[in-house]
Amino acid sequence: MRWLGAAGLAGLVALVEVIPRVGLVSADYLPPSSRIFAALGDEATDGEFWQAVGDTLIGWAVGLVIAVVAGVVLGILIGAVPLLRAATASTVEFLRPIPSVALIPLAVLLFGTDLGSTLLLVVYASFWQVLIQVLYGVADVDPVADETARSFRFTATARIRYVLWPTALPYVFTGIRLAASVALVLAVTAELVIGSPGLGALIGVAQSSGAVPTMYALIVVTGLLGVAINLAARTVERRALAWHQSVRGEVPA
Amino acid sequence: MLDVRGLRKVYSAGNREVEAIKDLTFTVDAGQLVCLVGPSGCGKTTLLRCIAGLLAPTGGQVLVEGRPVAGPPPGMAVVFQEYGRSLFPWMSVRDNVELPLKQKKVPRDRRRQLVADAIGAVGLAGTEGAYPWQLSGGMQQRVAIARAVAYEPSILLMDEPFAAVDAQTRADLEDLVRALWQRLRMTILFVTHDIDEAVYLGQRVLMLSSSPTVVQAELSVDLPAVRDQLHTRADPRFTALRTRVYEQIQAARRGTAAGLSDRIDERLGVDSE
Amino acid sequence: MKRLALALGLPVVLFVVWFVASYGSESFYVPPLRRILGAFADTWTLERLRTDVLPSLGRLAVGYALAATLGIAVGVAIGAYPRLRAAAEPVLEFFRAIPPPVLVPVIMLFAGIGNGMKVIVIAVGCVWPVLLNTVEGIRAVDGVLSDTARAYGITGVARLRHLLLRGASPQIAAGLRQALSIAIILMVISEMFAASNGLGFAIVQFQRSFAIPEMWSGIILLGLLGFTLSMLFRFVERRALGWYNGLREAQRKGS
Repeated sequence: MRWLGAAGLAGLVALVEVIPRVGLVSADYLPPSSRIFAALGDEATDGEFWQAVGDTLIGWAVGLVIAVVAGVVLGILIGAVPLLRAATASTVEFLRPIPSVALIPLAVLLFGTDLGSTLLLVVYASFWQVLIQVLYGVADVDPVADETARSFRFTATARIRYVLWPTALPYVFTGIRLAASVALVLAVTAELVIGSPGLGALIGVAQSSGAVPTMYALIVVTGLLGVAINLAARTVERRALAWHQSVRGEVPA
Repeated sequence: MLDVRGLRKVYSAGNREVEAIKDLTFTVDAGQLVCLVGPSGCGKTTLLRCIAGLLAPTGGQVLVEGRPVAGPPPGMAVVFQEYGRSLFPWMSVRDNVELPLKQKKVPRDRRRQLVADAIGAVGLAGTEGAYPWQLSGGMQQRVAIARAVAYEPSILLMDEPFAAVDAQTRADLEDLVRALWQRLRMTILFVTHDIDEAVYLGQRVLMLSSSPTVVQAELSVDLPAVRDQLHTRADPRFTALRTRVYEQIQAARRGTAAGLSDRIDERLGVDSE
Repeated sequence: MKRLALALGLPVVLFVVWFVASYGSESFYVPPLRRILGAFADTWTLERLRTDVLPSLGRLAVGYALAATLGIAVGVAIGAYPRLRAAAEPVLEFFRAIPPPVLVPVIMLFAGIGNGMKVIVIAVGCVWPVLLNTVEGIRAVDGVLSDTARAYGITGVARLRHLLLRGASPQIAAGLRQALSIAIILMVISEMFAASNGLGFAIVQFQRSFAIPEMWSGIILLGLLGFTLSMLFRFVERRALGWYNGLREAQRKGS
């Protein structure tokens, strides 16, 4: 059944080739696949394109790392201390659904069109993904295991290391995977709307200069990037947790 | 009522072919309670699914009330082993029991009556509004039985329904099945791996061989119609019958015919009475 | 009483800290909270709410409803046929991976810059999580339950209604939740790009004209909106999926 998936993709490419040529949609709005691929080829030889890819990936990676570290540290801290958990619950629930795009004007004022703008959005959005998952992970710790550790007089650090961390680890990976996707979306969004360096900015330029096939080609690249990141995250998750029993389920973000 | 002729089922996995069922032929008359026993992996569940019309056989035929089975036949109800997964978790007990009747377009008043009667008959009166996850395993299986009973089927199939339930609950449920059977005069085909259960419940016991499966032997259970857990199971005739069945199953597992049983029967024939 | 104190405690503390710390702020970009609050009251009058916020919410509602309906309908169709699913999955995953805001320029080509464009952007952007989750939910309906339904002759529309949709509803709900966040993001972005009214439009206008306290007030309003919609969603979800929560609880206790 594997080839069915490839067939589906081929079908999509064929469809996009045929529809504008037949005239169902104007070729100005939807260029045929061949033209999009040609534009893609042009981009691939353009140094500016690769620079933009690099910029996007840098914004993505740096933001993701910051978000993950902050999310894990705070998540464990808050999760492990019941009082903190109860006290911060309402704040987390309030801040979490705030759309990160609300920060765009602020980012523009503070950082202009620098990498900082991108990072502000990426970190803000990704942080919550990680934090929520880590909190779930900490909450999932088996009380019996914890009590056993206590009865053996483990210090708090030892309990975190031997009981809490292994339980939370799968959730951490889920959080990283979700955050990785979100980080890409926000990075490209920030570049598109604000103009900070990266693929999103190139797309904006292509749009305002009317280079429609190029615009589509760049969009395809972002999609492929997203797919690649998702696959990479899942592979890392599977390898790192190969030893772990797959009893836990993913808690929807 | 039920006529299985030369049933054959072959599974193909990749380029390997596995003949799960080779040739099954037997009949069940109306109003009988027949038990099917066999070693693990002999295709009991496959057989039941073929009879229930959920699985298409590779060869042979299944006739229910004279009509060949080409899909789930009307007038047949099934109780599965995994009670937790066969009840709709988003419906209350009452809704679960009522759903097949709605599908059958039974008028509302009659429906309500059937549902209330069935829930009462399995001893769950008062739990109508509860959800399956709020009930114990035994109670969930009772709901599944109530659903089957309310459907007023002409034939009831039960696929190892009590395998996943604890021993004491199992005893209660076995008695429940016999009571319902006698009261409602249904035809029941009861599949189990538990030899004692098969002999306790059935009028006839069909023993299946191991894969590729055929009907290895058949036994008439000549125990009295009124049975109870304590006395019937202590009856020497019960022991003789169960030994016979056990022998056959052991032989089936070893893949040999059982000529030993005759000698054992002789010996026990001296002791019984 | 204690629960109330815990729920309100930190927010109140943070609020007070923000208020006090920024009281005498001379910074252009981070004005004192009191000025922001003042701007909030001045800017978001009933009139303004009607001319800016209501259209935004309207477009959001229509776009989201469109995405939900289409996503579930197509998802059910695809989920029910394994071959179709196998063929469609890579294509759908690809579309899902495209950052939704990137579609705005594309859709602007087709649909111009009016209300239609924004609704289409929202719908096209947030349909993917609904679609993919529906496909997955339908696929994962319990085999024994499905057999039971077949055995009792529950087919066709009844099967769709009682078995497939109810069975897939937890997954579908998760997809709808993700779609909501995306929808809000797209609502704002589409307005930042090309609009004459709307919350996103207003915020960008404030930023461009350096009306900083007003800009902050808009951001806060947007935050409140996101929060309210999220709470609303959770409320509805909890009611609709009461059975699922109960089931999960029972399973976790290891019954």
